[in-house]
Amino acid sequence: MNWWQRLWRRKQMDQQLEKELQFHLEQHANELIARGHDPEEARRLARLSLGGPEQVKEQCRDARGTRWLEDLFQDIRYALRMLAKNPGFAVVALLTLALGTGVTAVMFTVVNGVLLKPLPYHEPHRLVALQEKTESANQFGNLWAFAYPNFLDCRHDSQSLTMAAWRNSGGIISASGAAEYVDAAETSSELFSVLGVPLLKGRAFLPEEDRLGAAPVAIISYELWQRRFAGDPAAVGSTLVFDGTARTIVGIAPSGFRINEDQMDVFTPLGQNPSPALQRRDRHPGVGVLARLRPGVALSQAQTELAVIGRRLAQQFPQSNAGRGFVADPLRPDVGDVGSTLWLLLGAVSLVLLIACVNVASLLLARAVSRERELAMRVALGASRGRLVRQCLTESAVLALAGGALGIFLAQLGVRPFVMLWPGSLPRAEEIHLDWHVILFAIAISLVCGVLFGLAPAVRAPARDVDHTLRSGGRTMAGSSRRLHSAFVVSEVALAVVLLVSAGMLGRTLLQLSALNPGLDFHNVLISRLALSPATLSNVPQIRPAWNDVLDRARHAPGVRSAAIVDTVPLREGNNQVAFWTTPSVVSPDTAPLALATSVTPDYLDVMGIPLLKGRFFDDHDRVGNELVVVIDDVLAKQAFGANDPIGQRLWIPAISSPFSSGSDGTDPVRVVGVVGHVRHWGLAGDDQAQVRAQFYYSFAQVPDALLARWSELMSIAVRTNAPPLSIVQSLRQELRGASNDQALYGVETMEGLVSASLARQRFLLLLFGVFAGLALLLACIGIYGVLAYLTGQRVPEIGVRIALGARPIDVMWMVLRQGLGMILAGIAVGALAAFAAGRVLQHLVEGMRPAGISTFVVAIPLLIAAALFASFVPARRASRVDPMTALRQE
Amino acid sequence: MSTKSDLPQGTLDLLILQVVALGSVHGYAIAQRLQQVSRDVVQVPQGSLYPALHRLENRGLLAADWNETETGREAKFYRLTRKGRAQLETEAASWKRLTEAVGLILRMSPEGAE
Repeated sequence: MNWWQRLWRRKQMDQQLEKELQFHLEQHANELIARGHDPEEARRLARLSLGGPEQVKEQCRDARGTRWLEDLFQDIRYALRMLAKNPGFAVVALLTLALGTGVTAVMFTVVNGVLLKPLPYHEPHRLVALQEKTESANQFGNLWAFAYPNFLDCRHDSQSLTMAAWRNSGGIISASGAAEYVDAAETSSELFSVLGVPLLKGRAFLPEEDRLGAAPVAIISYELWQRRFAGDPAAVGSTLVFDGTARTIVGIAPSGFRINEDQMDVFTPLGQNPSPALQRRDRHPGVGVLARLRPGVALSQAQTELAVIGRRLAQQFPQSNAGRGFVADPLRPDVGDVGSTLWLLLGAVSLVLLIACVNVASLLLARAVSRERELAMRVALGASRGRLVRQCLTESAVLALAGGALGIFLAQLGVRPFVMLWPGSLPRAEEIHLDWHVILFAIAISLVCGVLFGLAPAVRAPARDVDHTLRSGGRTMAGSSRRLHSAFVVSEVALAVVLLVSAGMLGRTLLQLSALNPGLDFHNVLISRLALSPATLSNVPQIRPAWNDVLDRARHAPGVRSAAIVDTVPLREGNNQVAFWTTPSVVSPDTAPLALATSVTPDYLDVMGIPLLKGRFFDDHDRVGNELVVVIDDVLAKQAFGANDPIGQRLWIPAISSPFSSGSDGTDPVRVVGVVGHVRHWGLAGDDQAQVRAQFYYSFAQVPDALLARWSELMSIAVRTNAPPLSIVQSLRQELRGASNDQALYGVETMEGLVSASLARQRFLLLLFGVFAGLALLLACIGIYGVLAYLTGQRVPEIGVRIALGARPIDVMWMVLRQGLGMILAGIAVGALAAFAAGRVLQHLVEGMRPAGISTFVVAIPLLIAAALFASFVPARRASRVDPMTALRQE
Repeated sequence: MSTKSDLPQGTLDLLILQVVALGSVHGYAIAQRLQQVSRDVVQVPQGSLYPALHRLENRGLLAADWNETETGREAKFYRLTRKGRAQLETEAASWKRLTEAVGLILRMSPEGAE
């Protein structure tokens, strides 16, 4: 019989034990009778020689080795009975714990999904990301995207890795249904096999399809298949017109498939890309490279091999590859800077959890003190110290686990709303589920909490002085308990101060940031990307007229006041950083200052409401063939020319004037014709700390023909409206469909939305910290109330004596309040110090965060004192109404 | 009472195993036999007999069945398992070594001569 059988058959075993002992007694008695004893006397002697049957049974049960489990069950039953007997306490403690573990579990679910879960590919730990690395770094660092020919060479030479490359792209699906712009990727043939992702239907690209001139094929996403083909299996083999090319669909990717967190609808073979730039090893568009370690190969081996390949290519192509190597790193989810925010929030919720723990600990302690008599009785009846500690811990663990279970339930309800609330889209949101990791985490924190808050009463349990406790009726107050209670209140208040001050800092920061001038008039501006007809893009002479047509039509759309086209929009993702010089003797290109370049059409200033400070903006004469001109912002003016008048000055900007020459030889200057106000391109919060703030504008009409097709893929249209901007989207879409119905607006936004989104993270954090701080304040108040009510209750006889001796109610109230106030002030002192530290962390992690000013404390602390005093007031008033006669009779 | 000795620590298990080794036997008979064989010198505290039996059963040194006695009563009979027999042999051997050594030491006369 193993131990659990012994455990389950406990009843049967007890019966057998009874029977066995009974048999022994009878045999002994019979023998004694045979020797001439009186039967009654014989039975008595038999019992005597065996010893007390209950003790013998108890020892036999101990011998079974399942004692601890039986005790555990007994303790759990006892704990549940105690909870049921005291429903008020149970409800408060459980709710407190459920809130604490619930919010923590929600945050952990998100952290787990976004930051901790492995990538959804086969054996993700065997995947690596490859980059080019140069020996020397410039303004942009020393890590670079792969040149496609370098990828081909590495793929060919590597024995340790299977490699795949991809490039983000996008285009218009025009045949079958309305024209629609979709995100796409060009991939090498191995991509799906390297990631270990099987296609849902059809097949991946064949190696022979991954080269120029091969039959045009495409793979589509599950989502596109559902959307445009209604999930029809016949989609495989049918034709998709994508970016003007009819492609045969050969496969369908599984639902939710992503590369590097980007979801795309169409995949085309990278090798079919006809761009000559892709075949270059320098000044190339760059491809992303993923690889899987072959079985049995360690990452270090792959790195060594890549270094060898790098050296060989550097010898073979010194022009482009000298000092250039290849590095492999484990592939990690690309979640941007979300991590710091999530850890910050997890930190904040763990403070709330701590407060909840402290709260329950003080409740339990209060109960333990009033149960001292019961515990002392148990000691007197023979319970060991360890046994009592175990019982106390079992009780708190039962409470904690019940609270944890409720918390998991709350988390299950709370996770989705939280993800929805997240500003913008949370990366890897599809990975956020309440799974067994979360449940284990919640159970673990519940148990840790249970031990934490069970320890205080448990340590008190032994009742060294049983005799004294029993006689005093458990009403006297041990000094250590009072100190412990005070410590609880102090730490609760301190934690609440940290959260309140943090919330206050965020609020103040948000107010100040919202008041900042973005540098443009963001009301009534609509921004949208625009994909020209693929036919137009492939025919360069048609491109300029096509854009002029777009602008003309947009201007005449109802509700539109003015329209412009622009490549990079302020506060939106994307920028173009280029180097500039103020002298023709161009020094090392790696040390030149950088500025944000924006190509625009003449009406841009009016559309965006950017003030012209000096000189002029562009007009129709600023086109290819005429002198190259730029308009700079006041930041660049100050940086480049100081106090001098910038109008008429020259700048050397190779990226604008000679985009095709490599290096810095013989660049023509561009002339500064105007100065405009600075625009907070990096967002209201981020612009002040941004690395590159200087801006200049150049005329889209001066972009050379050779770049026009590429530039046109990037352009957006911006219109200033007389009506609410979103109300004109439909008519604008109609107006700009193009002659062949294959032009599409996509990525429609309002400038107002962009400005608001640039503060979304701060606003979101403020909201959450506000909620946490409110929760903390509430819990702390409950804690203070509980502790004071308890402490006062213990002092009722003393208060009775005081009143009998002539103390006025107001004196008694003041006495209780003073006790509360002492704890509160001590908590505030500790909390203020901690809040300064927390403020540092916030400043480090949140863009545009202002340091915690005195004003933050001035608001937060009186709020806390007021709430805490309110919580102390109730017990104080109750104390002042103590009837001295009743109180004294209690003693 | 002065002729009766308390059992040294740990020897009760050894004695029980030895008694049970002679054949399947119930608890009361074990107590009886220990007392008779030791000519009443070894007084087994009956209160500790049963916990010891249960402990040995738990460790797999003894096995137990319910059987009828000669008088037709149902009783719990203990017998030695293979593991119990091995244990008995090692413990008996070590006990023998110990008592011989103790005997040797006690046989020394204070003057060095008998």
